[in-house]
Amino acid sequence: METYDTFEHDVLVIGAGGAGLRATIAAAESGLNVGVVCKSLLGKAHTVMAEGGIAGALANLDKKDSWQVHFMDTMRGGGFLNNWRTVELLAKEAPERVLELEQYGAVFDRTPDGLIMQRPFGGHTYRRLNHVGDRTGLELLRTLQDRAVAAGMICYMEVTMTRLLKDGDRVVGAFGYNRETGRFLAIKARAVVLATGGWGRMYQVTSNSWESTGDGAMLAYNAGAELMDMEMVQFHPTGMIWPPGVRGILVTEGVRGEGGILRNGKGERFMFKPEYTPPAYKGRYAETEAEAARWLDDKDNNRPPPELLPRDVTSRAIYREVLAGNGTEHGGVYLDITHRDPELVKRKLPSMYEQFHALGDVDITRQPMEVGPTIHYTMGGVRAEPETCATNLPGLYAAGEVACGVHGANRLGGNALCDLLVFGKRAGEGAAQYARSTAHGAIDESQIHEEAALLLAPFESSGTENPYLLTQDLQAAMQQDAMIARTEAGLLRCLEKVTELQHRAENLHVEGSRIYNPGWHTARDIRFMLKISEIIVRCALERRESRGAQWRTDYPTPDPEWARKNLIATKDGDTVKITTRAVPEVPPELARLFEETT
Amino acid sequence: MDTVTLRVFRGDADGGAEQDYEVPTFPGMVVLDAIHAIQAHHDSTLSCRWNCKAGKCGSCSAEINGKPRLLCKARIRDYPDGEPIVVHPLKAFPIIKDLVTDISWNYHVSKKIAPFTPRADAPKPFVMQQMDVDRIQEFRKCIECFLCQDVCHILRDHNRKDAFYGPRQLIKLANLDMHPYDGLERRKMIREEAGVGFCNITKCCTEVCPEHIKLTDNAIIPLKERVADIHFDPVMWLARKLTNKK
Repeated sequence: METYDTFEHDVLVIGAGGAGLRATIAAAESGLNVGVVCKSLLGKAHTVMAEGGIAGALANLDKKDSWQVHFMDTMRGGGFLNNWRTVELLAKEAPERVLELEQYGAVFDRTPDGLIMQRPFGGHTYRRLNHVGDRTGLELLRTLQDRAVAAGMICYMEVTMTRLLKDGDRVVGAFGYNRETGRFLAIKARAVVLATGGWGRMYQVTSNSWESTGDGAMLAYNAGAELMDMEMVQFHPTGMIWPPGVRGILVTEGVRGEGGILRNGKGERFMFKPEYTPPAYKGRYAETEAEAARWLDDKDNNRPPPELLPRDVTSRAIYREVLAGNGTEHGGVYLDITHRDPELVKRKLPSMYEQFHALGDVDITRQPMEVGPTIHYTMGGVRAEPETCATNLPGLYAAGEVACGVHGANRLGGNALCDLLVFGKRAGEGAAQYARSTAHGAIDESQIHEEAALLLAPFESSGTENPYLLTQDLQAAMQQDAMIARTEAGLLRCLEKVTELQHRAENLHVEGSRIYNPGWHTARDIRFMLKISEIIVRCALERRESRGAQWRTDYPTPDPEWARKNLIATKDGDTVKITTRAVPEVPPELARLFEETT
Repeated sequence: MDTVTLRVFRGDADGGAEQDYEVPTFPGMVVLDAIHAIQAHHDSTLSCRWNCKAGKCGSCSAEINGKPRLLCKARIRDYPDGEPIVVHPLKAFPIIKDLVTDISWNYHVSKKIAPFTPRADAPKPFVMQQMDVDRIQEFRKCIECFLCQDVCHILRDHNRKDAFYGPRQLIKLANLDMHPYDGLERRKMIREEAGVGFCNITKCCTEVCPEHIKLTDNAIIPLKERVADIHFDPVMWLARKLTNKK
């Protein structure tokens, strides 16, 4: 039998991005012993790729802003598939969490009054994104990191968890491997917080890092948790598309927040075409270029430009422009900020300036950027209760991108970072409370042996499948048929391909030792990616309507029946069981808000 | 098809050797792309850290043709045609395997630095002008790639990790010390444990910083002045003498 190291904590947090670190702070500062697992080194989590800002209705610039407007914007942006209570908590608590971050040492850009600077963003009625240039995620992550270190967290760097350990129904720890040594480890905990982020790696054009393989969702699914709305994958409208070496790298929505204009290959400012503005947004955006231009300096008396429609809407518009033959040379559109003062561009968008300068040979203060949609975020995930982030499994909590409930069918920019803070804290508190109420569960050795054998199988296999090439095949299949525009025929084709790849994955083979062996790691990641891809495709097939990120060209409109249903995927042996769950009904006092303002 | 030869160090603490790999090139290709191509098509055991592939996380630090760089920001076409591109791990830190080094020392040092601690009289929320924070925002751009630590000769050539925190941690201390509302006295740490005096201003760290932070001019020199103020100011000197404090 394989040996393994064992560790024990009151609370185990899996994932050290914004949500994981905020959960850690909450649990550790309440006096508990907290272990944190990072798949990479501490401080490298994908949170650093969040650029534009943290949504939070501080109303520093626009006095009319309030949590109620943030609530409505988020529900509307999510196609009303969101859990209203989760959104209410998000909107109400985001300002406190942002101010708290400042007390922890984050240094935001300032208004002329010396308060936190806020910028406009897609789908947000008012200037609401608290930011630091275009590197807000880094600021958030580094600040939480310092605080969590000071709070005494025990950090397991470069450790990948591959299985949750259970005692009956209850989650009592996790098992995985250490990259540096290749050794296995089991961490026992009275409560576990999943904060592992999303799963954008199964697409070719992605803004996600190697880590984003959906480990957390698969850990939860395999343990019996409910995954919700898995068909909802966000395609960010603006990723770099040229040269090929940079394809997929994110171009912050902050460019459009600072006035960036989208033009097609013919030079038309296409977002003004009436067909691109969905009914829910009619009248909320500037209808002439003159008004959009005035808005730059007078936001009180002008509506924002249509470039700031929510991400799902803008991505579809770009897709349709390119499909109609109006694309640029490399099959995208232009994003142009050259009409703004170069010094302002460099100050407000320094990392965009650097990124295009160093990687794309473009000076964004003088030349337009060529952009197109890139996979960015996953709205679906582990179903979590609003108040405590509890999942349906005792002892298991989920927060951040891996969790599901707050963003519905489409996430607004800036809502990911406040989600991390608000629900990271709540998950940490929820887990801490549970941990205090109970003793450690029992570790079942047979679960560990089973997982160890599965992990080692590719070394012992006589197969010939290369994990990297299998991953590339999966990415090609998902990119082709599970992207922005989906049809039944395409999704069925994709499902067939994924099934074939799952069979091929039985014959994965890797060479070398267990010490820092990326081929071996990829062999485990691809199994998770294949299952998640299957779940995404099955849910996308099931939801026969278009809502938010799910655009079924064979069912092109929203269906009021589907508006009331969340899709739930659970494990039933080797098959994915898909059921529906009623979307919680918005209570009258909150529903009334929408009537009052429309 | 055009190709490029990567000459990559393969090995561990027991030693190793360079190995050549020929990979196809494409427009905009960076050295990290070439490493990924080697992993996919030549040898999946080649160890290398990376995350964002966009110059924002600071994971893929290595030495290319002898210079500390981020692999994701090093364009293939910036290197001489027809010559191999030589990739080695960071030299100032112990090797684990291939391009991966043990940089845990940086985390141990970081732990010693108390986090931002607001002054008791600080307003809530903070009121600070942009000009008050411009300076420290520059230091907060740091992505912790530790290239500055790697190139710094006090760490690299003299291995004085026992006496000098290195440029990364000095700009962290500068950020905290210059924050308008930080309430901790950090000058003793800057002068003693962090060893600011060791820096002799060769500015190598500034040269390699992928975030273009002017570490030496904007952080380290002002820190040297700060600690010199309390230590060598004649009035303070007299006060110390009179009160018998060091």
